[in-house]
Amino acid sequence: MKTNRAVRTPGGLSVRLDVRALTVVVLLLLAALTASVVLIGTGDFPIPAGDVLRTLVGEGDPGQEFIVTELRLPRVLVGLLVGASLGLGGALFQSVSRNPLGSPDVLGLGQGATAGALTVIVLFSGSAGQVALGALAGGLVTGFAIYALAWKRGVHGYRLVLVGIGVSAIVTAVNGYLLTRSDIVDAARAVVWMTGSLDGRDWDQVWPLLALCAVLVPLVLANSRGLRMMEMGDDVSYALGVRVERVRLLLMLAAVLLTASATAAAGPVGFVALTAPQLARRLTRSPGPNLAASLCMGAALLVTADLASQRAFGAEQLPVGVVTGVLGGVYLLWLLVTERKAGRI
Amino acid sequence: MSAGTTAGSGTNHRRSTVNRLSAENVTLAYDQRVIAEQLSVEIPDNSFTVIVGPNACGKSTLLRALSRMLKPSEGRVLLDGQVIQSMPAKKVARTLGLLPQSSIAPDGITVGDLVGRGRYPHQGLLRQWSAEDERVVQESMARTGVAELAERHVDELSGGQRQRVWIAMALAQQTPLLLLDEPTTFLDIQHQIDVLDLCAELHEEQGRTLVAVLHDLNHAARYATHLVALRQGKVIAQGAPKDIVTAGLVEEVFGLRCQVIDDPETGTPLVVPAARTARAKGAGEKVGATGVS
Repeated sequence: MKTNRAVRTPGGLSVRLDVRALTVVVLLLLAALTASVVLIGTGDFPIPAGDVLRTLVGEGDPGQEFIVTELRLPRVLVGLLVGASLGLGGALFQSVSRNPLGSPDVLGLGQGATAGALTVIVLFSGSAGQVALGALAGGLVTGFAIYALAWKRGVHGYRLVLVGIGVSAIVTAVNGYLLTRSDIVDAARAVVWMTGSLDGRDWDQVWPLLALCAVLVPLVLANSRGLRMMEMGDDVSYALGVRVERVRLLLMLAAVLLTASATAAAGPVGFVALTAPQLARRLTRSPGPNLAASLCMGAALLVTADLASQRAFGAEQLPVGVVTGVLGGVYLLWLLVTERKAGRI
Repeated sequence: MSAGTTAGSGTNHRRSTVNRLSAENVTLAYDQRVIAEQLSVEIPDNSFTVIVGPNACGKSTLLRALSRMLKPSEGRVLLDGQVIQSMPAKKVARTLGLLPQSSIAPDGITVGDLVGRGRYPHQGLLRQWSAEDERVVQESMARTGVAELAERHVDELSGGQRQRVWIAMALAQQTPLLLLDEPTTFLDIQHQIDVLDLCAELHEEQGRTLVAVLHDLNHAARYATHLVALRQGKVIAQGAPKDIVTAGLVEEVFGLRCQVIDDPETGTPLVVPAARTARAKGAGEKVGATGVS
């Protein structure tokens, strides 16, 4: 079935629309927003969805308004932004490496961010803000290390994944060492952080993430046509006039920033970056990086996982990272089996 | 450059001494491994140039340099009088197309979508899919005989069909110059001839300048209008096949004793390797040379 439509104006401008992909994006956005509204209404003090919506547009009663706008809305927004960043970052990584396993979870970016956070927690007993900065720095350093080790003259399929697994193993060992050096209070705090949780997130986490997304998302989407060409190999895309090295460096930098800042805000929430692009791709049935669909899928996945953990186990009982980890692990096994059947592993 | 001027530009702007694409005294190397030094090659306008030579003689490396995939460590590659590396990437891509040896069809892509990607250098953020793009893609698919496959997935196709699809993609790029790196490798004999016929048609009917690296010397001699014979990074001979392909040249370039006869079908030179026993006799004199090919 042909789903591509071109919209043309008399002035010679034209935009290409993939109708199916657009539908998927709209539906995923609706799903994410619906889950968000339900999530805001969920907790020790349940609020019906209608009241949530009224409060969000500024017509709720003051008691509900405090709970919604000060307590629950920022947490949900952090969830949406973290999910969107992870989904987009994962799609970028997988597209550049041309490998569904080339995602930040497998490559050790999460572990790198954890190492940064643990360093701040264990060695300096830093504040939450300092922990986030440590995580950001750890993620960036790991990202550059992987880039330096694996990106010489382009990524060659499993080279990136193998380098990532190696880096990840080293950083995991460092993390283990840091934990053995910590006292019991720091260790407990570290373990909670390492699971990935949206607990207690407020507007202080929302604004930096929102600002970063506002800059990076348009930048990334503007380069997505070049990325689409790069799926056909460096030679073909170079021959078509894509400045391969420049686009790749720019997009990888964006992906590392998105992933590291999402991890800094919510901890290493597992497997969203791995699964969101693949699920999005199966829905759009389109080759190409599917960036917008992956972004929406990531946001929808994360708030839905948070909703599921709160509904099933009550607020603050089960960190969202546990849910995404369990679901993502199952998905990873399935992916390995199907890739094996297709002869790609 | 629009479609109308593409076909004729070779003749309209033809300058008597300077060709559109040339390499001047280039040194080509991967890291420290030097493939060719002080190599100069001119691609005659409107020719079907074929580069031949033994394995590892630098023929694909030369093609990579001509298509700006590899930056010469010394010397320069000129396209329309400008150093190719200094030109805007998309401008080069509208003048010179390349069909590389390794290309990856993305999972689940259709023929029409893949061919459409050849339009990239003509597009922009606000000019993503014009009526012209649509027309050129249809034309390129018709030209290469893959129009009826437009909705099929590329990974379902046979090797010969797939190569036609990639050629269609390069055609959709609408470049007056087209470079092909071993376009017949991995194809069986009728598909090899099929692809070469298609190249000859593109050359004769559309006036495009084609440059191809080919393994098969007989194919090269039959289809090329201009032959470049390389050995160890040096041009040993160049010119029309019937002028340069001799037993002496084949022995010098490939280290193979042979007879050169007239191809009974086309009259072009046909290389017939000498019988094993005859070559064994000569082996005493030419020990080193036989090992190269």
